[in-house]
Amino acid sequence: MSDLRELYQEVILDHSRRPRNFGACPHCNRDAKGHNPLCGDRISVQLDVEGDTIKDAHFQGQGCAISMASASLMTEMVKGKTVAEAKILFDSFHNLVTGGEANGVDLDKLEVLAGVRDYPVRVKCATLAWHTLAAALENSHMPVVTE
Amino acid sequence: MTEQTARKPASPSSDRRNVAFDVERVRADFPILAKPMRGKPLVFLDSAASAQKPQVVLDAMDKLYSEDYANVHRAVYELSERATAAYEGARGKIARHINAKDTREVIFVRGTTEGINLVAQAWGRNLLKAGDEILITGLEHHSNIVPWQMLRDQIGIKLVVAPIDRNGELIMEELAKSITPRTKLVAFPHVSNALGTVTPVEEICRMAHAVGALALVDGAQGAPHFRPDVQTLGCDFYAFSGHKLYGPTGTGVLWGRAELLEEMPPWQGGGDMIRSVTFEKTEYNDLPYKFEAGTPAIADAVGFGAAIDYLDGLPWDAVEAHENDVLLHGTALLKDIPGVRIIGEARRKAGVISFMIEGVHPHDIGTVLDMEGIAIRTGHHCAQPVMDFFEVPATARASLGLYTNRADMEALARGVRKVKEFFRV
Repeated sequence: MSDLRELYQEVILDHSRRPRNFGACPHCNRDAKGHNPLCGDRISVQLDVEGDTIKDAHFQGQGCAISMASASLMTEMVKGKTVAEAKILFDSFHNLVTGGEANGVDLDKLEVLAGVRDYPVRVKCATLAWHTLAAALENSHMPVVTE
Repeated sequence: MTEQTARKPASPSSDRRNVAFDVERVRADFPILAKPMRGKPLVFLDSAASAQKPQVVLDAMDKLYSEDYANVHRAVYELSERATAAYEGARGKIARHINAKDTREVIFVRGTTEGINLVAQAWGRNLLKAGDEILITGLEHHSNIVPWQMLRDQIGIKLVVAPIDRNGELIMEELAKSITPRTKLVAFPHVSNALGTVTPVEEICRMAHAVGALALVDGAQGAPHFRPDVQTLGCDFYAFSGHKLYGPTGTGVLWGRAELLEEMPPWQGGGDMIRSVTFEKTEYNDLPYKFEAGTPAIADAVGFGAAIDYLDGLPWDAVEAHENDVLLHGTALLKDIPGVRIIGEARRKAGVISFMIEGVHPHDIGTVLDMEGIAIRTGHHCAQPVMDFFEVPATARASLGLYTNRADMEALARGVRKVKEFFRV
């Protein structure tokens, strides 16, 4: 079970059971949908972007513990960040879960998802919310598909 | 090369009916089952996706490549003759295994998917017209949906779907209502890959024939669990995969009644499928070569033949009884665990237990079981309409082969309890 605890850290279990910023966001002005056909995960991300700043971030959907926790942690982390900062954070997070080089950005509690790098098939679970966030920032209404 | 296959004895297993099936001996024939997985004994429960291979299959392919390999059907030299004999020998074995009237009715394809596509394009596209109907069911794998949708978009046929009920069984009254004089083909699975439902093949074939329609059986999941007798089943086409039948990947068979295959034009052009070619005109080869353009998967077909020999050496009544016992045992163990829901509870099932654990996503189930050395499938199993019907995004699926034993089911049940404990549900 020790390998499992590496992957499913307590924070992940907590966020998957009680996702933060979960639910509709009537005042948000950006949104995008993401779908992982392999596991059937569906997610939508809503953002309130004012000027250059992400004032609020919400998500809805269903998926595995990794994808739900990743989405929940993401919404917490991007709140208050500028669009540019959020994009850099996505790059850094992507490196974290795919085993790429760290780029010096403080990932804070996103670090709990580092274990995903040892499970290549689960990387898409961890990044679905982030790809969907990127689409929302672009205001793209083409659904994001990861597989 | 169009010799009739010898009719097999009326009841091939009658002389073995009382022979017990020794699953442990069978397991020893499959080298991969002895390999540890994540430091634990491998519990392989994904045979519906692809089955493991017995040593005799590996040896047959190795021998062909080491001693008898050359291209088939073309050359005058000894080696090519040996390869051709091995390749055609495999066709003959398969023809006898499924009780085909004639070896020519056995078309080698890459798998069930290609077999169905062959019928859609060679038969459907040439012999159907706009407004004709093809009936499929709510149980289908994508490979018995998409080829017909492509045909619909090409020539304007209508695709009709017969519904299933909450147990995952076909609703036969609805199926009967959907078969009309406009129906030209009923295409349905022998066994559902997502739920394990066994369909009443013979009855559906009779219903199709009553209106002059043909019947195509997707045998991908049927052929591994039953010994299909195409004449008794009464279908017109039966497509199945070698790799799910303990043979190599890239092999499969479309069986069709000779008179239907004769009237179907080829679907792919190239070498081997011709009799003569000039720049003005081509004369096509006879069955089955008409449908086998290009160099086939020679060694793989020979391996498939070896798998058939292996299966034919087993007491099939006992194999079916064993598989059913393991399936019922596993189902009972899982149902005994609070929060576990079985998806698909047809009265007759084979080979598949699809399930959910309340509060845990199937992917997380799969990862936790993997840590225990237990390989199951999680996802939509290429049957998204089935998932939609049960309003689930995915299921966890444990699927069985003839080497699966009761201990595998007990390991699965222990694993599921561990999943619940880990996620505290």
